[in-house]
Amino acid sequence: MKKHLFSTAIALSLLGATAMHAVAEDTFKIGYVDPLSGGGAAAGQIGLNQLKYIADEINGKGGVLGKQVEIIPYDNKLDPQVSLLQVQKAIDQGVRVIVQGNGSSVAAAVESFVTKFNSRNPGKEVVHINHAAIDPSLTNDNCSYWHFAFDANVNIKVEAMTNFMKANDAIKKVYLISQDYSFGHSVADAAAKKLGAEGSGIEVVGNEFVPLQKVTDFSPYIAKIQASGADSVMTANWGNDLQLLIKAAGDAGLGVNWYTFYAGLAGTPTAIKQAGLEDKVFQITEGVNNIDYQPMQEKVKDYISKHKDAPIYYPRLFNAMGMVFKAVEEANSEDPVKFVPKLEGMRYADFIDGKEGFMRKDDHQYFQTMYISGLGALGANQPFDEEGTGWGWKVAATVPVDETIVPTTCDMERPN
Amino acid sequence: MLEIVLISSLNGVLFGMLLFLMASGLTVIFSMMGVLNFAHASFYMLGAFFGFEISRHVGFWPGLVVAPVLVGMIGMLVERYGLRTVHKHGHVAELLFTFGLTFIIQELVQMIWGKLAVDYRVPPILDFPAFTIFSTEYPAYKIFELLTAIAIFLALLLVIKRTRIGLVVQASLSHPEMVGMLGHNVDRVFMLVFGVGAGLAAVAGVIAGPALVTQSNMAHSLGPILFVVVVVGGLGSLGGAFIASLLIGLLQTFAVASNASLADAFGELTGTGPLAAYLGDIWNVTVAQLSAVMPYLLLVLILIFRPRGLMGTRET
Repeated sequence: MKKHLFSTAIALSLLGATAMHAVAEDTFKIGYVDPLSGGGAAAGQIGLNQLKYIADEINGKGGVLGKQVEIIPYDNKLDPQVSLLQVQKAIDQGVRVIVQGNGSSVAAAVESFVTKFNSRNPGKEVVHINHAAIDPSLTNDNCSYWHFAFDANVNIKVEAMTNFMKANDAIKKVYLISQDYSFGHSVADAAAKKLGAEGSGIEVVGNEFVPLQKVTDFSPYIAKIQASGADSVMTANWGNDLQLLIKAAGDAGLGVNWYTFYAGLAGTPTAIKQAGLEDKVFQITEGVNNIDYQPMQEKVKDYISKHKDAPIYYPRLFNAMGMVFKAVEEANSEDPVKFVPKLEGMRYADFIDGKEGFMRKDDHQYFQTMYISGLGALGANQPFDEEGTGWGWKVAATVPVDETIVPTTCDMERPN
Repeated sequence: MLEIVLISSLNGVLFGMLLFLMASGLTVIFSMMGVLNFAHASFYMLGAFFGFEISRHVGFWPGLVVAPVLVGMIGMLVERYGLRTVHKHGHVAELLFTFGLTFIIQELVQMIWGKLAVDYRVPPILDFPAFTIFSTEYPAYKIFELLTAIAIFLALLLVIKRTRIGLVVQASLSHPEMVGMLGHNVDRVFMLVFGVGAGLAAVAGVIAGPALVTQSNMAHSLGPILFVVVVVGGLGSLGGAFIASLLIGLLQTFAVASNASLADAFGELTGTGPLAAYLGDIWNVTVAQLSAVMPYLLLVLILIFRPRGLMGTRET
């Protein structure tokens, strides 16, 4: 008991010390609410590494409005309930910018919490910077004035990907295979509608759903794809379900092209290399390292040299933070009430290619140039490979901003 | 049609053999000690990671031998210093012990090899298509998996049915006290069986690792299905485990191949009432979408109609 009391006393005094520290130094606090333990920890840690890198960089130049930027991590364990507790904790510690992204269910919970909190606590408003969740409802039916989405949502990605496929005359028969849950279904439904439309010249020869993260042996699915006569497969699978699918395809010598959303995630390039599917697997993202744009390539080299154990980053997080800092400077205030109007409609030169994107005022969805890239051996001016495979992502097609614009159903409630 | 049937049969048999490699050890342990070893799939994972680590330094083939031996030794240590001590406190304690062990092994693997998949490759000598049927290639490595599993099945059968140690193991299954009275060290038999069981799981890990994805959550996906094999096959029956593994492999593979749904059987749902709205989802679910549930459906049916399993000799 005595020992217990003693350790409690130490813990309390430590807590007091950190609280004092926070009060003593007036910083621009950014709360990072993402998984730092459990299944999503690898993805969450990468975001934290990157935020700290961004903060160090701007602090070296004098900070924002003369204040140092401070990144405070809050582990949400990828759980919506825990996330709300952590957001509340962040608010209590003086954070007014919440950066969150992993998991659409988490983002939906945070978005609605922040909206309610702001309406009940005028003068203490916080803003939700969503860097990764792409469920369309976040910027459509459930959109919020206090939420900004920096990754292209599902509708945008499907629109761009299917336009690219329809323009490719070699694609005649497409097989859709997705995980059996909300994201898989939203991609499959949208893709089936777009690709199967009259005059697209494309036949959808299969629309398959696989149990989420349960399948060990994907060869039966490959046999089905083979039997369907498809020349291309479009899949929303990610993680194990994509890696195993691709390895099974390599084993069976299935010669189709793969159109994916998440082939760039950790582990998948390794699986593609093992399967020997050179220049056959494509992904749609906001950009890849091998785009010939020197300012980006130099910064990426610098970043990788500082994070050799996890040489992955999210281009959109650079955009998100750059735009927040710009809005704060323009508003001359770190109060979200003042700088959110500056973010609305803001035009910004993207980190990845220097081309201009914009934050749509109607739904707070960011629109940017999208890239379809394939994994394979590298050429000149393509210095970045993935996971030591010797293969890297190379641009196969560029989708300009104005071809990514999709309508929104958002009817935004704005504060007076 | 013939194409799908042939290829599905081959795929099903292959997946079934992989299941058998893991389940063979588990079923013997389960029937001897009466404890469901939750950590069995973790030994499979350890086998894969040991195999990967050894293959990086000295190649795949030494890994195939050394990794199972190492894991078998770990298994024996776990039995000798863990399970045997916990045994005094009854089956629940043993169950919890093996349950806890799965988390410890997973955390250790994550600490050493990280959370991401490792690049464990098929040995170059087996990295070619063995044959082609209906324009689908069949990798030589899968044939190797198949042959290994059959060889191990035959060897195990031989040891259990034809050798003295096999006789003792068999006798310990049903009458452990009597075997003890006759002067055999039953504890040592238990330890040996546990070690061999863990080693067999590791063999499965070493050969499945390159074909599947070697990462720290690989035990999770296969753990539950092993128990299905054990219960369906019947306690302590190698033959039963063999048949059950094949059955489950084929069942899952053929389920995936089928696109049938209730809508095909009874026609599209007509009407727009609330009932139709509720049934609409169920009506259009294909057999393929249910493939992951099939083994568990089989488990439930077996427990209801034949509790001792296909070839078991006593009730579960």
